[in-house]
Formats: sequence, structure tokens, C-alpha cells
Amino acid sequence: MKVLVPLKRVTDPDNANKVKVPADGSKVDTGSLEWKPNPFDEYALETALRLTEDGKAQKKRLGEVVVATFGPKDTETTLRAALATGADRAIRVDVEDEAIDGLVVAKALAKIVEEEKPDLVLLGKQQVDGDTNQVGQILAELLDWPMATFAGTVQEEDGALLVGREVDGGQLDVRVKLPALITVDLRVVNPTSVYSKVTDKDKFKYAEGVRFAPLPAIMKARKKPLDVKKLGDLVSDTAQKVKYIRYEPPPERKAGEKVPDVDTLVDKLKNEAKVL
Amino acid sequence: MGNVLVVAEVEGGKLRKTTHSAVTFAKEAASQLGGSYDILVLGAGVDGAAADAAKLGAAKVLVADDGALEHYLAETYAPTVAEVGKGYDVVCGAASPFGKDLLARVAGKLDAGFASDITALLPQEGGKLTYKRPIYAGNAFVVCQLESDTQIVTVRQSAFDAATEGGESGIEKVAVAAASGANDRVEWVKFNSVKSERPELAEADVVVSGGRALKEQFYEILDPLADVLGAAIGASRAACDAGYCAPDLQVGQTGKIVAPGLYIAIGISGAIQHLAGMKSSKVIVAINKDEEAPIYQITDYGLVADLFKAVPELTEKIKAVKA
Repeated sequence: MKVLVPLKRVTDPDNANKVKVPADGSKVDTGSLEWKPNPFDEYALETALRLTEDGKAQKKRLGEVVVATFGPKDTETTLRAALATGADRAIRVDVEDEAIDGLVVAKALAKIVEEEKPDLVLLGKQQVDGDTNQVGQILAELLDWPMATFAGTVQEEDGALLVGREVDGGQLDVRVKLPALITVDLRVVNPTSVYSKVTDKDKFKYAEGVRFAPLPAIMKARKKPLDVKKLGDLVSDTAQKVKYIRYEPPPERKAGEKVPDVDTLVDKLKNEAKVL
Repeated sequence: MGNVLVVAEVEGGKLRKTTHSAVTFAKEAASQLGGSYDILVLGAGVDGAAADAAKLGAAKVLVADDGALEHYLAETYAPTVAEVGKGYDVVCGAASPFGKDLLARVAGKLDAGFASDITALLPQEGGKLTYKRPIYAGNAFVVCQLESDTQIVTVRQSAFDAATEGGESGIEKVAVAAASGANDRVEWVKFNSVKSERPELAEADVVVSGGRALKEQFYEILDPLADVLGAAIGASRAACDAGYCAPDLQVGQTGKIVAPGLYIAIGISGAIQHLAGMKSSKVIVAINKDEEAPIYQITDYGLVADLFKAVPELTEKIKAVKA
């Protein structure tokens, strides 16, 4: 199976409360926050690796995993990290972050899919900076491919994938025939969430979470192929349909008080907050 | 003059309350545009849902009722939503898993601008609808506009009050649009329901939420408290990942967003991603044995205590107060 995994870097999501909006609302100042891979994209990559291997012999890739990102030269760090983790090739679409929105990205990815002909596109369900949750769905529509969003489990079958989707009120199982598109949710990296056809479902369990690249793989990743493409060569219409006018800080919320015991808490809830 | 289409969410033949929040947005948007709003109901055997929708003040309720629409799949529904929706200025729905899945696909079909999970419709700027939506886990907001003939919007349920009932809209049948190739390659297999008798998380007035510290006693500790408060139960990511409760209870940036009158966080330290899902709650209480837990930075009342003792005591004392 050949899998395409689009990736994006985001500012450190565990310190997102440190972003500042200046008084003129002109931007979100991320200050000295580090770039990190979008967590959901890391999960998508892990899913792609699990689907292209026998869990018991993870060094051997049965198929191909291609990663792609959009951004300036320094986003290649994100791609190299993915190559070190196990991806085979990478593509960077050279563009400034401000020049694209979800629709433009989806159109460019559709062109990359046309060129690369993967059996599966795997994405994170959302980027935790822009929080839009849309690129996968739009891309699936542009390709006229079946999709399974918010995947918590993925089981490979002959020419198809059985996907458990995390939705309101439970899990919805859908079967998509390849080529198809999946966006992944958090629980997809649990030990028994994803199985390729050759991994023994009854006997093998993955380690919790995503795998890490061993040092020799990091060295080797420097030599793996990384192509650079121009956005204009992939999409003719790069006009953005979402216009960001300005930014605003969130409403402030101040810390309240600590109460000494349950009696005081009940008293405050009843007589001060009046919520009982 | 401009019109708005609300895509209704139907469950078990009934209208879900998510729809009511989208209707409130639609009412505001239609009023700004000097137009009206319609509600589109899709499914098989949805007379009941259509009748519910007809009480929400729409100019008309459009119904696509067809056996082919029995089970929701974006591939199955999107062609009809796009076909009906392309005649409108705005197509909207709730930012629930249903709305996020379907309306983004519709945006792709219509080559339309898409604003997801908006928390406010602002007064028009430059004669255009102007939306506000959270970014960076709610640590900033962006004010945005869309540039397309039809705009696609999903609304955060907790940020828009449920529309109240009144009036009686006319109901019209609409045709189901031809499905595309993708529809032949996707199959609805089964739905594994974990539905409880409790109120829906996003709609409850009180939410009792538990963290990993509860371990296997998650429900044993939380159920009695939720019972006396008539509360919905929520959870931190860690509790869901560990399997102590169902994944759809997860409150947070990428899970459920809630803003109840009272939110009680039990054994939850307060990761940024969790706070993003609940910090708009009116009154926030935390019970945690770690007095340095970040959750206390946003709580109205914090109790530093062993939750295994404090929660049963709290349950009994609230029961006494309410009796």
C-alpha cells in the first residue's frame, strides 16, 4: 500500500496559552514558542507506518509512505523528522504560511495525489493552531474519494479499510474501498487500534502512542529524497476564500478562591453562585 | 437580501438539539442580510424531525426523505446538501461530528469559503458577514470573512443558545441529488452505541467531569454526583485514553466544547487542551489533591482534597441541600 501523509508544524500546543494578541489585533504573536509537529499529524504518520508493516518486523516497510508539507524551507525539519520515523520520501510545497487556506491546500494536495497515486491519504483530523478541521474532507470531495474522518481504529482488509469513527454517542464503523482518505483522532495510536493485513491482530499489540526515531535513522533520514514543488505549479487558482481581518485575545478568566472543605463548597455553590 | 440554509442533524428520527443552535445563528445572519432562513432535513422516514424543524421559525422546511439516506454518510448526503445549498448565501450547521464531517465536504463540492466552529456573528463590516472563531485552543480569536457566492459555516453549539419554538413553517419535499463515485466505495457497517440516559454533554446545565485519577472507579464515583445534579458526565483525555470511560465524553479542544452553568472538574489537572473545552462555563469547581494543578487558575471554587473522600461527601451534602 502506498500512503500519502500531509503534515504541518504548529507552535508548541502545550504552551498555546502563551500566545499573545497585540493591541492592534494585527497578528497572533507566538513569541519564542517552539515549532512542533501537529499531534494529529504524528498520529496519522504512525497509522500509515502501522498499515505498511508487520507489527512484529517494523524495520521492513511493506509499501511506501510519502509525507508532504506546505511552508518555507525551515519546515523541512518537520519532514526530516517524519523520514527518520519511517517515511520513505518527502515533498515540500514552497509557500509562506499566510498565503494559503484550507481550500488552497486541499487543491494542491489533490494535484499531488494525481501525481503520486497513493492508495490512501492519511491526515490528522485537525491542526491545533488554526483548529479548522476541514482539509481532509475537502480533499476527499475534490478527489471524489470515500472518506472516514475522526478514525479511532483502522483494520486493513483486501482492497479496503474497516474504520471505526469516533462520533457523538458511540463509534460508527464504515468500510472504505481504496483509494480512500482517512483523518485520524486521538485514540488511533492506542495499542490495538490499527492493524495491517499481515500483523497478527490476536497476538500483537503496539506500544502506546507514536514511535520515536532511533539515532541512526535520524542520520539516514538526511539522505532520503525530499522534493520541493512550487504552489503555482500545483494550483492555478490560489486565491484564498477565507479572509482573516484581525485577531482578538480571549476573554479573561480570573482564578477564584480555594475553599477549605466540602461544607464551605456546598454553601458557596448554593448561596453565592446560586447554582444548586 | 440574502438567505440562509440550516442543515438539520437527525438522530433516531428526531431533530438533534445541535440544530437549534445553528438555527439561532441562521436567524441572526438572515436578519443581517435582510432575508430569511430555511431548514433542510435529510434522512429516511424523517416526518417527525421535519415536524420538529417546522417549529423553529424557518420560512420553509425542505425535506429530502429517501431510503438511500437511511444511514448518514458524508458521501451520500453531500450531493443533496450542495445542490440545495448552492442557491443560498450561507449554508450552516452545528460543529458536531456530523456538521464537521458533512459541511467541510460540501465546501469542497461548492468551492466555497468555510468558517468552522464560529463562536459569534459580529455586525457586518464592509457590508459582509463577519465571523469570530477560536484558534490556538481558544487562546486567541480570529475575525474573518468568506469570499464565495455561497459561504459555509459551522457554529459552536455552546456559543449559540438553542432557538425557541414558535410558529409553523411550510414543509416542501426536495429531490435527492445523484450520488458521485465516492458513494459506491463507502459502506455503513454498524453503529456501536454507548449512549447513556444522561443529558447530552453539550446541552447539560451541569457537567461533572473526571480525570485519570479516578481509575476504574470513574463511574462509581461520578455517577451518584451526576445523578443528584441531573448532570452530564465528561472526562479528560487521559481518562478516555485509559479506557475508564467512552471516548465521546472527552471535553477539550478537539473533543466536546461545553459551557454549562456549573462545571465540576474532578481529578483533572487542567491541560491547555482540556481548558479549551470548558473555560466558558459560568461557574467552575475543581477538586484535586494537587494544589498546584493548573485547573485552579480558572476555577471559581477550588477544593484541595482526596477526591475519593470528597466527592461522596459532596454528593451526600448536595443531596441534603436539594431535599
